[in-house]
Amino acid sequence: MYDIFIIGSGVSGGFIALELSKYNLKVAIAERSLEPANGCSRANSGIVHGGYDPIPGTLKAKLNLRGSQMMPEVAKRLNIDFDPCGAHVLAFGADDDAKIQELYQRGLTNGVEGLSVITGDELRAKEPNVSEKVTSALYSATTGIISPYKMAIASTELACMNGCEFIRNCEVTGLESKGDHIAIHTTLGDYNSKYVVNAAGVNSAIIAKMLGDNSFGIIARKGEYLILDKSESGIVKSVIFQVPSNMGKGILVSPTIDGNVLLGPTSHNVDDKDDKSTTSAGIAEAVAGAKRSVPTVNERKLITMFAGVRSVPTTGDFVIGQSSAELRLFNAAGIESPGLTSSPAIAEYLVGIMKQAGVEMSEKKNYFVTRPAEKHVVHMPQNEANELIKADPAYGKIVCRCEQITEGEIIDAIRRPAGAVTVDGVKMRARAGMGRCHGGFCTSRVIEILSRELGVPETEIKKQNDGSNMLYRTLRED
Amino acid sequence: MENYVYKDIVIVGGGPAGLAAAISAKNNGVDDIVILERDKYAGGVLRQCIHDGFGLQMFGERLTGPEYAARYEDKANELGIEIKLNTFVLDISEDKVVRAISPEDGVVYYKAKAVVLAMGCREKPRPGIMLPGQRPAGVYTAGLVQRLINIDGFVPGKEAVILGSGDIGLIMARRLTLEGVKVKGVYELMSFSSGLKRNIVQCLDDFGIPLYLDHTVTDIHGKDRVTGVTVAKVDENKKPIPGTEQIIDCDMLVLSVGLIPENELSKSAGVQLNNVTGGLFVDDTMSTNRDGIFACGNVVHVHDLVDFVTIESNNAGKCAAEYVKGQIFEGDTMNVIPTNGVRYVVPNKIHKQHDRKTVELMFRVGRVYKNAKIVVSDSNGVMRSFNRNVLTPGEMEKIKLAQADIAAAVGDITVSIEE
Repeated sequence: MYDIFIIGSGVSGGFIALELSKYNLKVAIAERSLEPANGCSRANSGIVHGGYDPIPGTLKAKLNLRGSQMMPEVAKRLNIDFDPCGAHVLAFGADDDAKIQELYQRGLTNGVEGLSVITGDELRAKEPNVSEKVTSALYSATTGIISPYKMAIASTELACMNGCEFIRNCEVTGLESKGDHIAIHTTLGDYNSKYVVNAAGVNSAIIAKMLGDNSFGIIARKGEYLILDKSESGIVKSVIFQVPSNMGKGILVSPTIDGNVLLGPTSHNVDDKDDKSTTSAGIAEAVAGAKRSVPTVNERKLITMFAGVRSVPTTGDFVIGQSSAELRLFNAAGIESPGLTSSPAIAEYLVGIMKQAGVEMSEKKNYFVTRPAEKHVVHMPQNEANELIKADPAYGKIVCRCEQITEGEIIDAIRRPAGAVTVDGVKMRARAGMGRCHGGFCTSRVIEILSRELGVPETEIKKQNDGSNMLYRTLRED
Repeated sequence: MENYVYKDIVIVGGGPAGLAAAISAKNNGVDDIVILERDKYAGGVLRQCIHDGFGLQMFGERLTGPEYAARYEDKANELGIEIKLNTFVLDISEDKVVRAISPEDGVVYYKAKAVVLAMGCREKPRPGIMLPGQRPAGVYTAGLVQRLINIDGFVPGKEAVILGSGDIGLIMARRLTLEGVKVKGVYELMSFSSGLKRNIVQCLDDFGIPLYLDHTVTDIHGKDRVTGVTVAKVDENKKPIPGTEQIIDCDMLVLSVGLIPENELSKSAGVQLNNVTGGLFVDDTMSTNRDGIFACGNVVHVHDLVDFVTIESNNAGKCAAEYVKGQIFEGDTMNVIPTNGVRYVVPNKIHKQHDRKTVELMFRVGRVYKNAKIVVSDSNGVMRSFNRNVLTPGEMEKIKLAQADIAAAVGDITVSIEE
């Protein structure tokens, strides 16, 4: 019997698990994929928003601001990079200028600090590649960039260091109220838990309905993105937005925390919640949108394309709290933008609600508050690197040439709590295969290391989910 | 402060280019040479090219890739040239400090009198051709498939579609077929194959594998593993023609859509790149714009045959050795400028006075030409012209100019195509 069973290991599930792991509770986090962060947390803009955009008084407004304030400390404790590089929202003409003023006022109402309205020329003095057609811009000093999947992975990892159990490849197929607990039916068998937290992303409405909660629906909205080579870094120094519409915050041009340039997203509702395909039309739309802001964007420097499916709540706001249909169910659903920014605040807020609802929690005497830093050998001073390599020569062997990742770093990614079991899992944690050659050189080596570390044949190693085996058979059967 | 390991010549890359350059440098009187090779063996990509056809120019024999590599590796060993394996170069500074890392030696700073860049090239991956669709397992570059089969011993799929008819794509069509994989077709965007004619005959025709020219892949299906691809005919602007799409069932898409010289390290050393090819600008001594930094092989421009890489690298090794010994080339130079129809020329700069009989120019054309002339001109007009029945982007062209012509040329020279 678990005390709390969390469904979904995106950023919401990860931070809720981390918050709960401070208490004397038996907590599990179940993920239908083989790795954490395989849904929207893997494929979004990676922006820590200032908080000027949400409608005042909404949960989005409140938790965005709180999340943005928490983020520097959260990133430090998780030992992941965060860059408060600032953002500019661009206006093209008088109509947009008025909307910029509106956003500025909204930001002040929401309590956001570091906002100012600047002219097109003032902007171009800071960001010389921005279009001549820009007439004014809202500057947000507190906006920053972060790796969204690293946030989900790192929070899950730290939660697991504190005793939380990560159950991968576990899809919930049914939930049943049993009076004093909930029975959870999954593809891995049945579990029982006193409480269930629904952080199932695009599937959260389906999960809620399993316990009779029809209070919200989820619309799946796909966004396609492009990543440009590191050679293009510096084309913009801050996140460049356009004036938002009712379909989202529009197409942005942004530095990424890893030194690439991100373009996108498009924004289209889709029927298939798992439709992560990119399209020619989507790529063209993202490039055209990006060029509207920054005409010199060079799409020939494209190194990858991806798409994510956002969970848009039919209620218009985050759905966070105790379900009125089933008191043992707590929802953290409809976490669209600014969900990434809000995620640590969502966890804090939801756990507060759980306490008030009578979920007994006593704080542990000791728990980890900091996730150990990852080693990145090529960035170490010579003597420090050489001590490490002497102790373990795997740290001297470069596997991923583009990102200069050693075998030791890949082994770490596999051995960490809730560690990598797939090629994409290694890529998300250690960046092997993330570079310009796209795994052309290192894929076969990563498969070999995964096979050796996990003790399974190479032909069983998967790219991401079940059924995504990389290899078909061995060459010779002898 | 870093401790330096001092070397006369540091060679970055132990493939055919690096091995030949090292041997040549040694034979020209420099002893203190080290080759830094990132893989666990020397020979570079030749080690996975187990088909034959290598060495016709150099040895008059049809060697396999590993055999060709072994001839040079053995020679290097015989000459006592140090080859550091599993050694990855992280960066090269403008003053020729090479930072390398290996399990055995850790992080080492080599300070070189001369550096030879011989990193080779890499394959263009899926995003390089902006190919949309799902992102399942089963989309691999041809070279990766070749490594998986020939080195690691795994067959990565059951039914394949190959996009791109470059040589590696053609070779892999045959290789996959020999391992029982059904190759459903090779699809080529252009109206011609960029592969060698002999490979089309020996790898496709002999196995009944269809080649579809003017076709491309427009979509990839399958959420976990590839289940099929959409192919379509393209118009003269290489845009897919609506209504010609069809889905081909397969569990693997093999990409052979081009090679890119691997010049990230060259950039760190401040070496000037040719933006047309991604390769390097070098003069007739295979010297880059950086004093004492030489380059050879596919890092300069992608070659058709390894034999040509060897010839070019012999020159680079010799010139690097002469540089170390203080024989610095001075005197007037002239630029070699590609014009009308010529994409690039190697070398792009020639010393006018030099002790030699001829200078060889290598280049590629931008499209197919029939019954055309290669014309070399200086500021006074046409110097030489060379007739060709066919010129295609898939085959590197070589022409030789006499030293007397070079010495007599006025101003810069141009290379162009006339129909």
